[in-house]
Amino acid sequence: MEFIGKIFVMAIAAIFVQNFVLMRFLGLCPYIGVSKKLDSAIGMGMAVIFVMTMASTFTWLIQSYLLIPLKLEFLQTIAFILTIASLVQLVEMIIQKLAPALYKALGVYLPLITTNCAVLGVAILNINENYSFIEAILNGLFGGVGFTLVLILMAGIREKLEKAELPRAMKGMPIAMIVAGSMALAFLGFSGLKL
Amino acid sequence: MIKEFTKGFIKENPVFVMALGLCPTLAVSSSVMNAIGMGLAATFVLVCSNIMISLIKNFVPNKIHIPAYIVVIASFVTIVDMVMEAYVPALHKSLGLFIPLIVVNCIILGRAEAFAGKNNVFKSMLDGLGMGLGFTLALSVIATIREILGAGQFLGMQVLPTSYKPMLVAILAPGAFIVMGLLMGAMKLKKKK
Repeated sequence: MEFIGKIFVMAIAAIFVQNFVLMRFLGLCPYIGVSKKLDSAIGMGMAVIFVMTMASTFTWLIQSYLLIPLKLEFLQTIAFILTIASLVQLVEMIIQKLAPALYKALGVYLPLITTNCAVLGVAILNINENYSFIEAILNGLFGGVGFTLVLILMAGIREKLEKAELPRAMKGMPIAMIVAGSMALAFLGFSGLKL
Repeated sequence: MIKEFTKGFIKENPVFVMALGLCPTLAVSSSVMNAIGMGLAATFVLVCSNIMISLIKNFVPNKIHIPAYIVVIASFVTIVDMVMEAYVPALHKSLGLFIPLIVVNCIILGRAEAFAGKNNVFKSMLDGLGMGLGFTLALSVIATIREILGAGQFLGMQVLPTSYKPMLVAILAPGAFIVMGLLMGAMKLKKKK
């Protein structure tokens, strides 16, 4: 029972209180770039959840069983980014094979998951926070869920915004940032939660 | 030649015009000191990686050029990380996670791919320097607004009278997004005219 409680606390913390996008500022490029349409937002979100979970798993293993025993911790950044790049390549090949339509919709953003700072960010955070193996995997998973949640919310808002009357200068990117700001303000409310 | 250097400041400013490198921009712009530190660290990586990539561009097979570029960038980021930890530990600590994350700053890979992979060494160096300083400039502008509004300070010095009640939200997460959105809108308005 205690274990389930702990998982629940981690989920709430990673999804709401310390949301990767709105509170930690990680993964903003896809958040602004892929949130124009709901379908592609959902696809991108799923891909990111998968990659973040896998990346947390593998980078934790590499750090604990390869880098630390060999005293190569200074290679952390290079080792992690290469792991993530290979994982993304793998996901790309799988999606291309299984769901060509989704692959077309995600287009350029799929290879860009490599440079999504949420993925490398979660990997480094797991190490910095001294998470255990299970905690690291869960942190990756829930971090990805939190990312997907705000991405989908944002896509929903932006689809409506398309039809709104706005000053010309605020159209597109500027209003997206303001909307993100309002969402961050709402999410700030969660920071009062005592976990 | 001069154009390669100055285009990064305003016309092709990586942050305001091209909307690249948003994560570090918003995350470290809560104080001017952090913004300048981050900007200079990124500039160093950008210049070095641009030089290196333009030197090796002819030997790297096209299929693996992105992973090769990333390794080059990651090596320079590791150097910056260690140097900063040794000489400016306080700044290193407050930038924290965002120093290793320079690796995934889209400005750097973007310039490598769009410029350094196609141009000679000298031009690539100027491009890196210009873009890096443009990034630093953008960060400093946002940080100045946020620090003055949110703390009444500039570089840690009190600039507004102490009777000013700090708008705390400006240095929290929402303030970053809103200041950024308004600045982007202003840039767009200026361009339209």
